[in-house]
Amino acid sequence: MDMSVKKKLGLKEKYALMTRNLGWEPSYEKREDVYPLLDYEGIKIHDWDTWEDPFRLTMDSYWKYQAEKERKLYAIIDAFNQNNGHLNVTDARYINAMKVFLSAVPALEYNAHRGFARLGRHMGGVGPQVACQMQAIDEMRHCQTQIHSISNYNRFYNGIHDWKHMNDRLWYLSVPKSFFEDACTCGPFEFIIAIGFSFEYVLTNLVFVPFVSGAAYNGDMGTMTFGFSAQSDEARHMTLGLEVIKFMLEQDPANLPIVQKWIDKWTWRGVRLLTIVAMMMDYMLPKRVMSWKEAWEIYFEENGMSLFKDLARYGIKVPDCVEQIKKEKDHLSHQAWTTFYAAAPMTNFHTWIPSDDELDWLSAKYPDTFDKYYRPRFEFFREQAEKGERFVNPNLPQLCQVCQIPMLFTEPDDPTQIAYRQSEHDGEKYHFCSDHCQHIFDNEPEKYVEAWLPVHQILQGNCFAEGDDPSAPDFDPIASVMKYWHLENGRDNGDFAGSEDEKNFAAWRGMTTSNT
Amino acid sequence: MSVQSIRPFKAAAKDVAANFHGQQVVYFCWDQHLMFYAPVAKLLPPDITFQAVIDTELTPTYSRHPDFARIDWAAVQWFKDGEAFTPVLDTSLAGNGITHKTAVHFKTPGLNGLNGNGF
Amino acid sequence: MSNVFIALQTNEESRYIVEALLEDNPTAVVDEQPAMVKINVPGTLVLRRETVEEKMGRPFDLQEMQVNLITLSGHVDEDENEFRLSWND
Repeated sequence: MDMSVKKKLGLKEKYALMTRNLGWEPSYEKREDVYPLLDYEGIKIHDWDTWEDPFRLTMDSYWKYQAEKERKLYAIIDAFNQNNGHLNVTDARYINAMKVFLSAVPALEYNAHRGFARLGRHMGGVGPQVACQMQAIDEMRHCQTQIHSISNYNRFYNGIHDWKHMNDRLWYLSVPKSFFEDACTCGPFEFIIAIGFSFEYVLTNLVFVPFVSGAAYNGDMGTMTFGFSAQSDEARHMTLGLEVIKFMLEQDPANLPIVQKWIDKWTWRGVRLLTIVAMMMDYMLPKRVMSWKEAWEIYFEENGMSLFKDLARYGIKVPDCVEQIKKEKDHLSHQAWTTFYAAAPMTNFHTWIPSDDELDWLSAKYPDTFDKYYRPRFEFFREQAEKGERFVNPNLPQLCQVCQIPMLFTEPDDPTQIAYRQSEHDGEKYHFCSDHCQHIFDNEPEKYVEAWLPVHQILQGNCFAEGDDPSAPDFDPIASVMKYWHLENGRDNGDFAGSEDEKNFAAWRGMTTSNT
Repeated sequence: MSVQSIRPFKAAAKDVAANFHGQQVVYFCWDQHLMFYAPVAKLLPPDITFQAVIDTELTPTYSRHPDFARIDWAAVQWFKDGEAFTPVLDTSLAGNGITHKTAVHFKTPGLNGLNGNGF
Repeated sequence: MSNVFIALQTNEESRYIVEALLEDNPTAVVDEQPAMVKINVPGTLVLRRETVEEKMGRPFDLQEMQVNLITLSGHVDEDENEFRLSWND
């Protein structure tokens, strides 16, 4: 008997059948009622069918590979826990980098999930709908695996016992939170430029690649595995981001100025957000992979510039803020770490003064600035600590209205002078850390006047612990705010030296190498 | 309205003076003294005198710096929202034109941080 | 000419992918970092299914690479037989 054997489908054929051909034109509803969000941002799309997904990943393959990633991930997480993996890290100071990461990032992943789920519904073509739906599922996976990973650490170490509560309240966590909420409240096209292009393509390499490779270098298998597992999805996300931008620019020349404005805004928003990553790389990894400056040069200056060179054929220009970023790369991590050191009583992690060999490493990596400006600061802090007068700055800082970071950044050409900018809107004064944050505000003041700035919220009396009476004679506002954050001063923060974390880690590590 | 939105909306500024229960926020910064990593945000009654601000707010905030004790207050240069001004010490903040969310910076010529290096 | 790159987790599968990349891209430069390997190539990078299969000694679907991929840079173009990265500058 003759049997006609069907040839296995080619990738392009399969992709066409399993994505494009799933779509349909509405017959009894108007298209603009089905996709109501596509016009108001001013972006013009003439033909959604010209969208091309270069990975041509179909749902069946997607599930297959994602399942494989999860199996690998959980095998390693199990091994990590079975071997008390947390005791294998180079030095317990390292765990504080994880506290920062795990306090901030799971909520970002969740918001990315929300954003892409919305786009999966509202994009006007099947190709981007499917790609956005896959990304929405990825982001949920990242959020869940990171939340799961918190338990690898918070069973043993202080400060991340209540990450979700703190994420909505703690002052420095308003920086990542407001960044993503800014993106999620944009229209679908701005959201995808903000997150898919500016953040995923241009900047996430700087979060995941050197930092997660750094986790591996510091013996933290648990973080390395969830980090790389998440990052394996990023390559697809980055490709979506790049595809989206090409698609928008090819559809209509009128899209160019709108897209350029968004790239300028979101490159700067993202760079400000990464300030804390700069600090983690230069100060919080006991064994360093590369300096922030080196990572910046590879992933932004080299790789990012290749991208902008490529996009030049559409008329896209390198964002103006890049000039300032270039100047700040020698200062950023040092200014951030000295800030957190001085703000010790208001955080959920420990800080320390770098050891002598760490100071020497910083001098070597930052020859133009470290010895001149920053080493003397650490020497002063050390001298004070040795006298028993550990330096803290207990005052509430002024925050930038847009990035919400304390106004700690100096003038691009004068590292001794804080930069401050100011605008007025509707008779109110607003303050910014930089020309670029000011410019973002001036373009859309109605959005940023609604910012929930933690310092102002504290001063309005909205951040005291439930039941505390601010009019009571013995009311201690700072203590009440700490209680509201669910933090215990001195246990969850302050110096690493002498902390409960330090003592426990030493004792537990001792138990793994001796019988007493 | 400059912001793109699905429907018109009325922005509600979160930090108007009325939300601070009769007080106002004033920011202070001692320029060239980055030991204090950012300008500080103080909640103050509008009728407090400028001298009282120096004595009860700026002194505890900044006295830890070795330069602080050497400040010649008569030589201090003051700036209000970026403009040079001379405060009247026994007059209130309001009388000195310092309103809600004014940024006050001051420079101490000759005292530019440890080793004159802005810290 | 700008570099394109691809970074993979260091493991037993990636080892063969890297070998194949080096064979098919004579100008490739390997950058080994903790737990990852990054391959930089000026202009265009190509990964051929056949070369990987020859190195691994088993059939290989190029999309399997998704499992070990960390990051990449450049425009992607993929079919059953080839995975390409390139810049148009």
